[in-house]
Amino acid sequence: MNAEPVVLEVEDLVVRYPIHRGLVGTVARRPRRTVHAVEGVSLSLQRGEMLALVGESGCGKTTTAQAVLRLVDPVAGAIRFDGRDLVPLGSRDLRPLRRRIQVVYQDPYESLDPRFRVRAVVEEPLLIHNLGGSKAERAERVRDALQRVELSPPELYLDRFPHELSGGQRQRVAIAAALVLEPDVLVADEPVSMLDVSVRAGVLNVLDGLRQQGLAILMITHDLSTAARFAQRIAVMYLGRIVEEGRAAAVVRNPQHPYTKALLSVVPRRDPRDRQRPQILQGETPDAVAIPTGCRFHPRCPVAIERCSVEDPLLLQPVSAERGHRAACLLLSTGQSG
Amino acid sequence: MSVPLLEVEGLHVWFDLEGGGELHAVQGVDLSLDPGERLGLVGESGCGKTTTALAILGLLPPNASVSGRVLIDGEDILAGGEAAMRPHRWVDVAIVFQGAMNALNPVRTIGQQIVESLELHGRAKGAVARTRTAELLESVGIPAGRAGRYPHELSGGMRQRAAIAMALSCNPRVLIADEPTTALDVMVQAQILELLDALCRDFGLALVLVTHDLPVVAQLCDRCAVMYAGEIVERGPLDVLYHTPGHPYTRMLFAASPDLGMGDAPVLSIPGAPPRLDRPIDGCPFRPRCDSAFAACVERPSLLEVGDGHAAACHLNTRVPA
Repeated sequence: MNAEPVVLEVEDLVVRYPIHRGLVGTVARRPRRTVHAVEGVSLSLQRGEMLALVGESGCGKTTTAQAVLRLVDPVAGAIRFDGRDLVPLGSRDLRPLRRRIQVVYQDPYESLDPRFRVRAVVEEPLLIHNLGGSKAERAERVRDALQRVELSPPELYLDRFPHELSGGQRQRVAIAAALVLEPDVLVADEPVSMLDVSVRAGVLNVLDGLRQQGLAILMITHDLSTAARFAQRIAVMYLGRIVEEGRAAAVVRNPQHPYTKALLSVVPRRDPRDRQRPQILQGETPDAVAIPTGCRFHPRCPVAIERCSVEDPLLLQPVSAERGHRAACLLLSTGQSG
Repeated sequence: MSVPLLEVEGLHVWFDLEGGGELHAVQGVDLSLDPGERLGLVGESGCGKTTTALAILGLLPPNASVSGRVLIDGEDILAGGEAAMRPHRWVDVAIVFQGAMNALNPVRTIGQQIVESLELHGRAKGAVARTRTAELLESVGIPAGRAGRYPHELSGGMRQRAAIAMALSCNPRVLIADEPTTALDVMVQAQILELLDALCRDFGLALVLVTHDLPVVAQLCDRCAVMYAGEIVERGPLDVLYHTPGHPYTRMLFAASPDLGMGDAPVLSIPGAPPRLDRPIDGCPFRPRCDSAFAACVERPSLLEVGDGHAAACHLNTRVPA
């Protein structure tokens, strides 16, 4: 596509959470059960690119992000940042790298300390990482970060408390507190879903501007409309796997996987004339404890055939899709015989 | 002309604030709803849409004062206080509260909770109530066999269905649904919207969908009322509101919602924030955020007809071309 360097590469990531059996369960020797949150996810993120990880609750998108941030320990797989695998690193070795992979959470009402003024919220990461030199230099960095999220002039915001700011402004402060460390990668976990519609676009446009300046953004979202408009690439997750991945426009206009097709069909459109027959899947995403055999989507799939309950499809490029657009469905012809 | 099923006239709501002062949350709202009609009530947080819904049912907290009329079949149910309201609440107009799916009683099964509401309203007792409960659950897509489940045993979508079943227990003619899909995943949201659609179609239920999500309204409703700073600034058929909006706020709200089909077109946020409602508003309340404000906007515009069933409160519509 283009020659921007890959900054983050996730390979065959597996994350599982054990379920505590409790005393009774242990005594009764009930089998240990495990939540298979992420089962073999690979993705890569270039400089200046936003990759949207899309899917419903429980699909593993947030767990993937937490693994990238090294907040959960993967069972298997590699997370390469700048060519170096983060998985085997201990906390001491991780620390200098953490500065370069930052995160913005969903709820700016929860994520900002209510007792801190904006100045302190944005400065704190510098103190923690022992960066920014003198007090004056730190103040300059804080002002600069606020300007980059379009809270300007910074003087207007520096001495305010979070409760004196609107939701959109709070989220910008949270982004500024991530930016002040000059990260290479920003993980944005549902960055606008708690905000009023009228201010969402403002925050998304800020992220888009940062991306154009070279920041790599991994955006976790359940909103395909937002992903379609702001991301360069979309990866659709279902039950711990990426089932489709490609250029955002290609995934939206030429979806290959039946799950992606269904998801797209139920996205409400703002033009009432665009009402279409939604292809509503019944039931909900099954528990990640008991993953269905074969293709994990087959019990809800409208076009599943017998083979789908046996064979686990690989993420491949179908002949009906452009280069770099891959989907994991047995019904898609990949041009390979067999 | 026939009398509308539900009519709201000149509704005002004030909240007494702790430490003095009052907040004028609803500032003269008029609405009307015919049988089987679907109306979307849309706006940002704090615009008064939920307060309007609660006022219709007489469910506001004690620090609220209300004026105006709420008419059911032409009869004012607000004037007579609780005694006049009670025979109509749940029976004619029912509500699914915001977050209702998380407000079910955790220590009683969903079946018990519906039976209880039937008995409380004298609708049915004992075995009859249990049969009716099974029917209600089936009508919202919950297998009757799950009546014995506790709320925590059900998914979010199922709990929302149970909350809807409970609201329907007295066979209301109007259902007010306050943000019924906000916390749900897209696919579950689509299931709930399909259910509301089917309830309107099959039982002739009229719907007031209160939400901040314009695309959801665009999918489900016939008409829409857009609220801003406690008043309705535009109302009309959705198609008209999207393609030929009569108020800049409506146009800007649509432009702020990303859409799958928009390609690279910009998504524009609305600058600034809504005005505070605990002090008087000078002129058009949207003026400070409006991209088309002009001299006349120092006067507060009133909601005027601009087309067939389409009204807007904006001076642009009456501006004399120079």
